[in-house]
Amino acid sequence: MKTVNPIAAPVATTWPKRSRFLAWTAGIIGGVVLLALLGVVAMIWRMNYVPTDLDLSTTRLSAQGLYQATIRPKVKPIPVNKIHTWVLRLESPNGQPIENAEIRVDGDMPQHGHGLPTRPQVTQNLGSGDYLIEGLKFQMGGWWVIDFEITANGSSDKVSFNLMLQK
Amino acid sequence: MYLNSLKSNKLISFSLGGFLLLAIVVAAYLFWPRPVWNDEEIAVLRGLWLGSLESLPADASNRYADDPRAAALGQKLFFDTRFSSDGKVSCATCHKPELGFQDGKPLAQGVGMTNRRTMTIIGTAYSPWLFWDGRKDSLWAQALGPMESPVEHGGNRTQYAHLVAQYYSTDYEVLFGSLPDLSHLPPNAGPVADPEAKAAWETMSPTDREAVSRIYANMGKAIAAYERKIMPGPTRFDAYVEAVLAQDWPKVETILTVSEVAGLKLFIGQANCTDCHNGPLLTNNDFHNTGVPAAADLPEDMGRALGVQQVLADEFNCLSAYSDAALAAGEESDPCAELRFLVADGHDLVRQFRPPSLRGVADRPPYMHAGQFASLEEVLNHYNTAPAAPAGHTELKPLHLSKTEIQQLIAFLRTLNGPVQADPHWLQAPAAVSSH
Repeated sequence: MKTVNPIAAPVATTWPKRSRFLAWTAGIIGGVVLLALLGVVAMIWRMNYVPTDLDLSTTRLSAQGLYQATIRPKVKPIPVNKIHTWVLRLESPNGQPIENAEIRVDGDMPQHGHGLPTRPQVTQNLGSGDYLIEGLKFQMGGWWVIDFEITANGSSDKVSFNLMLQK
Repeated sequence: MYLNSLKSNKLISFSLGGFLLLAIVVAAYLFWPRPVWNDEEIAVLRGLWLGSLESLPADASNRYADDPRAAALGQKLFFDTRFSSDGKVSCATCHKPELGFQDGKPLAQGVGMTNRRTMTIIGTAYSPWLFWDGRKDSLWAQALGPMESPVEHGGNRTQYAHLVAQYYSTDYEVLFGSLPDLSHLPPNAGPVADPEAKAAWETMSPTDREAVSRIYANMGKAIAAYERKIMPGPTRFDAYVEAVLAQDWPKVETILTVSEVAGLKLFIGQANCTDCHNGPLLTNNDFHNTGVPAAADLPEDMGRALGVQQVLADEFNCLSAYSDAALAAGEESDPCAELRFLVADGHDLVRQFRPPSLRGVADRPPYMHAGQFASLEEVLNHYNTAPAAPAGHTELKPLHLSKTEIQQLIAFLRTLNGPVQADPHWLQAPAAVSSH
């Protein structure tokens, strides 16, 4: 670039300088826009955040593979603040119903460190591997885990279900 | 060189134009005059909306719960100061209709001073648990607590039975059948703190005690039928959610201020309020230890840890002989499930209290179970800093909210003020009582 008198410069020779200015402006605006976009993306991501790789299936194999358990809530979707019942179906991995199992129910909210607001219990063996669970209640939306400790024919195993309840 | 300049200038102009266009689009997106609620947030707002409140379920333990004659009798009892030891205290002494069915005092004052803040009656018919510690499991059983408390109504069961027979026999008998002969019973007797009344109660035959307790339970059932009429009305917040659900953005704009909307966003987001204050009544009616400081000069309050023992032992609970729940047996859902499957023990229950509905909260200082906080600022500062609990474990974690954010939350809480939803004639003493 030649030296140019900033005041008396002819029109043609001012273009590069002006374009530098414009480039700066564009850069600043571009940066602001990028930041704003990143902010929006971060906000949306945070609001939609749920623990990743959460298995929400209602049929699961127990930890040691002894039982296949299926939960069937009587009210769907699973309500918040309403006491209700579930049916738990227990089968062997090859589909035979597990009769006369002893079942303990527990649960908690991993992110909150508190348990269930009630003590749900198996109150009836409905036959064919079905068990009635009464007294289930969830007092807030979010991620819950329900654990079953199952003992049948002298062997015990555990199975857990993840629930994601509407806030 | 001139040509080169012209060319690069053109390019720059284009790119600048592009950036500007992008900037305008993004700015329009960001600053467009409508709140940006995503689908998940809209679902949360719908859940908090009064329009999501289901119609009041029947109370299986009280078969008179929805009988209008019971509500009319209940209203008379609610306002009648004769049902007290000094003739000056009625339910309405602390549950004042003109103050949203509470009294605005840190501690309730009947014939003496209690250890707890009066809770409002508005919408409590929906709660499976009553009182701060859930020591009662129905509205009718709750109504019977203060009547025998030595510091609230201060009276006793035979006194009340005699009063019912004297002033309300027609109303009573139409609903509950003939009153038994009470003439041989002592004027003052009941399982109360007063030693004379207590001794008199113990000398009565089990049949007489049962007959008097039945009248007493029926009084509670009538009062509950009345209280079931007292519901929260729609607020500015509800109008806002209605407009959001209708996607009527120009209307949405006019209902809440920017600050109130920001407060609402915090309420359902960063401030974690909806962990406990959820559903259309903005309470889960469960029990939580939020590390609320102990009230000065009061005995240690264990909250739910004691309340759970009391409700299990309560002679008027859902499983008791005075409950009508047995009549409903065979139904799909067990009406006493809440009582049967409650958490009866454990360290978690220590100093847990029931979160009240936030509808009308800004009009109801002071706050917490013994009125420990004078203002919403104090309440929110407590939640923001999350101090350790005086006993048990607090469920709170520090929120890191700024002063502005706290003000926004308060602004939002004020949008929850609204009218009582009830026929106006329920909101005052019935003529027959006020003339006494």
